[in-house]
Amino acid sequence: MFRAALRLSVSGARSLTRSRPQYTASVAARSYSHGKQETDEEFDARWVTYFNKPDIDAWELRKGMNTLIGYDLVPEPKILEAALRACRRLNDLASAIRILEAVKDKSGPHKEIYPYVLQELRPTLSELGIPTPEELGIDKA
Amino acid sequence: QHTLEGNRDHTAVIHICLSIYLDRYFQTLYSSLTVVVLVHLSSDVDVIDCSVPQYNNRLDTPLPDVPFVRNLSAEQKKLKEKEKGSWTQLTKEEKLALYRLTHELSYAEMRQGSKEWMTVLGGIFIFLGFTGLLVWWQRVYVYGDVPHTLSEESVAQQTQRMIDMRVNPVHGFSHKWDYEKKQWK
Repeated sequence: MFRAALRLSVSGARSLTRSRPQYTASVAARSYSHGKQETDEEFDARWVTYFNKPDIDAWELRKGMNTLIGYDLVPEPKILEAALRACRRLNDLASAIRILEAVKDKSGPHKEIYPYVLQELRPTLSELGIPTPEELGIDKA
Repeated sequence: QHTLEGNRDHTAVIHICLSIYLDRYFQTLYSSLTVVVLVHLSSDVDVIDCSVPQYNNRLDTPLPDVPFVRNLSAEQKKLKEKEKGSWTQLTKEEKLALYRLTHELSYAEMRQGSKEWMTVLGGIFIFLGFTGLLVWWQRVYVYGDVPHTLSEESVAQQTQRMIDMRVNPVHGFSHKWDYEKKQWK
């Protein structure tokens, strides 16, 4: 995910002029001395599949989202898109907005992650009619 | 022991044990009095039932277990029905209302601090100042006179004596006195 970017930005090597930041997916939280490491793509695919379950229920959405936010990474836009669509299936607009807030909060000091995520999610947000926290004015206390 | 019958009403049964020690005449006896008190709490007191999931505002838990507003008014129920349709049909105010039904505080509101630290610091200074006043009063009204050896004349005599007996003549006290000129160097 964005962990590689975190390392790069700490060393100051990241350039600001790229139109699309090259955030490589990060590895899963566990590091084994043996056994196969899950790649970033596998991690993403697993989570996208989780949220894409057609009959996902509210508990699973909450559990999935809370777990995902617990990881030391910012989720990829495709995972978030799947989560937002799950909110749509559950008729839960508030959770969709909350997810966006959580992504911004998760980025911490890396202010460029959230605009990138919004940019990637823009088609989904427009299609589903999900407002961003900024549009509702809840990004300022 | 406390038992809460939460689903019926707000009645709590409190079991109180009182031990009563009687006077000298009945010294060998003590009786314990058990009182069972039925306390009826008025319905406007919120008793938190910790056995069911509760709402919480946490940065690391974006989707709480239960929505903030559980008992919806008719208007709110209508809004929830409208939520089942296309969200593009909702106005901004309705979207905000839906958010506030489910969440008490937004992330920004959770993160904002308070000005409490100023109150705390001010309180600390006030009490320090008050303590200073007390200490000053104590110095003036409680402590007696200082010993006479601290008077100017006594200190002069003391200093002369120290010079005479060559206190610390190498690097210290008497080293700073010029014995020829009879003055400080």
